[in-house]
Amino acid sequence: MEDKAIRIIDIHKSFGTQKVLDGINLEIEKGKITVIIGQSGGGKSVLMKHLIGLLKPDEGEIWIDGAEITQLNEKELNNVRKKFGMLFQEAALFDSMNVFDNVAFPLREHTKLSEKEIESIVEERLRQVGLRGVTEKMPSELSGGMRKRVGLARALVLDPDIILFDEPTSALDPVIALTIEELIKETQKYMKKTYVVISHDILGMFRIADKVAMLYDGRIVEYGTPYEIKRSNNEATKEFLRATKIPGLSGGDV
Amino acid sequence: MSGDIASKIFSPLLRFVKEVGNIGLMFLESMYWGFRRPFKINYIFKQMEFIGVNSISVVVITGIFTGMVLALQSYHGFRKFGAEGLVGTTVALSMTRELGPVLTSLMVTGRAGSAMAAELGTMRVTEQIDALIVMALNPIKYLVAPRVFASFLMLPILTVISDFVGILGGYLIAVKLLGVNEGAFINKMVKYVEIEDIYNGLIKAAFFGIILSVISCYKGFYTKGGAEGVGRATTEAVVVSSVTILIFDYVLTSLMF
Ligand SMILES: Nc1ncnc2c1ncn2[C@@H]1O[C@H](COP(=O)(O)OP(=O)(O)OP(=O)(O)O)[C@@H](O)[C@H]1O
Ligand SMILES: [Mg+2]
Repeated sequence: MEDKAIRIIDIHKSFGTQKVLDGINLEIEKGKITVIIGQSGGGKSVLMKHLIGLLKPDEGEIWIDGAEITQLNEKELNNVRKKFGMLFQEAALFDSMNVFDNVAFPLREHTKLSEKEIESIVEERLRQVGLRGVTEKMPSELSGGMRKRVGLARALVLDPDIILFDEPTSALDPVIALTIEELIKETQKYMKKTYVVISHDILGMFRIADKVAMLYDGRIVEYGTPYEIKRSNNEATKEFLRATKIPGLSGGDV
Repeated sequence: MSGDIASKIFSPLLRFVKEVGNIGLMFLESMYWGFRRPFKINYIFKQMEFIGVNSISVVVITGIFTGMVLALQSYHGFRKFGAEGLVGTTVALSMTRELGPVLTSLMVTGRAGSAMAAELGTMRVTEQIDALIVMALNPIKYLVAPRVFASFLMLPILTVISDFVGILGGYLIAVKLLGVNEGAFINKMVKYVEIEDIYNGLIKAAFFGIILSVISCYKGFYTKGGAEGVGRATTEAVVVSSVTILIFDYVLTSLMF
């Protein structure tokens, strides 16, 4: 059995004259949590959108389960997408639907479950992300952090094989952030699915990551276990880690 | 040098042709996806309510005042040669053939077309459209097709309402206010207005419904550049839809009557 869920081979992507991805090579392991770190505006979200066919690379290949997805047509691509769940950076909840319907939407469109079954799954998911009594609220009535958690519930609801999280803990207070990290770790441990997480929150992500990839200047400059990353001699990585140390607090020393 | 001039002339022209092509493509796609299972009936009903039911008050007000002013204007004209009895015919023909469908479509463009562009534009810039794609669902099927179907169905119905209240307004002004003979007003109207006048007007309205919804959805769907882009898309949707409706009005009229 192949132990790589996603293989990214030499991906290039420019917007106009701006080169964002400049030869990305990365193999994402099956059933593991891979965290992608890197500066703001460095192309992390762009990279993630390539994995699910929202963006097409100018060059390069992306292999998922034996299929090179950059060559697929919409229909074939949709079959690949059904294996995915995705949490968008800004949650991307449907603002015409309330919280319940947002989380229920993938179930209603892709399964034949009864409304009763859907209800119990949705409530369970919302409870897991620490939301109670908000099912009737519209997305516009939620805080940024609550929206993110609803987005998380929606991404998890179909139990997909691969889940992409674009900054799951940004906009959350540290306590909720920790809960979400634990949720990600727990569900992953239990379901053994492949998780790809983008994050700025170095501390939190080192807690959950099996592998960490550092995106810098359009390339993956570092890839390894959190332990290896911590011992890295790469300047960009060291710089990045230094920024997370808080003087006088042991927690800063990852 | 000459290349410069050529590109100045041709590149806007090229862009225009491309845009027309893309709008046509969006129409075809919405038909293709709209007629495929599973049908999104409840999405269509929701849009019918938004486009149709919620537009009734605007359409009634526009229609009744148009009928009233038509009666007033034609009365003063016809009185000069003693043909006041034709006021009813004039109002009815103008409403059913022309002003009913055109004004209704323009009002719906302003109300619902702008909303379609703004909604879809917001969904684009907040990645809701991407979220649908990621769920392996076709956004044209979920967002565009229901709006096009609903507009196609609702515009003729709204036009019937507009025709009716327009004639009613004309009747009130001519008969009740200006003292035109009631029998002459109604008899001449019934005699000279053919069923085809009404029904061709409704065909136009259905066409305009497709035009305004496809253009508005297109502008919203391909919005770029945040909130500002949504504003731009909304304005463009209204302007382009309105102009296109008026152009097609001429074309359809010259083909029909
Ligand atoms: N659709 C697009 N069109 C043009 N430029 C884009 C587009 N999407 C992203 N970019 C550009 O690509 C670069 C990388 O953006 P991206 O959103 O991937 O950054 P990021 O690493 O996710 O940053 P952050 O951590 O702040 O979310 C940015 O400079 C952005 O302006
Ligand atoms: Mg990002």
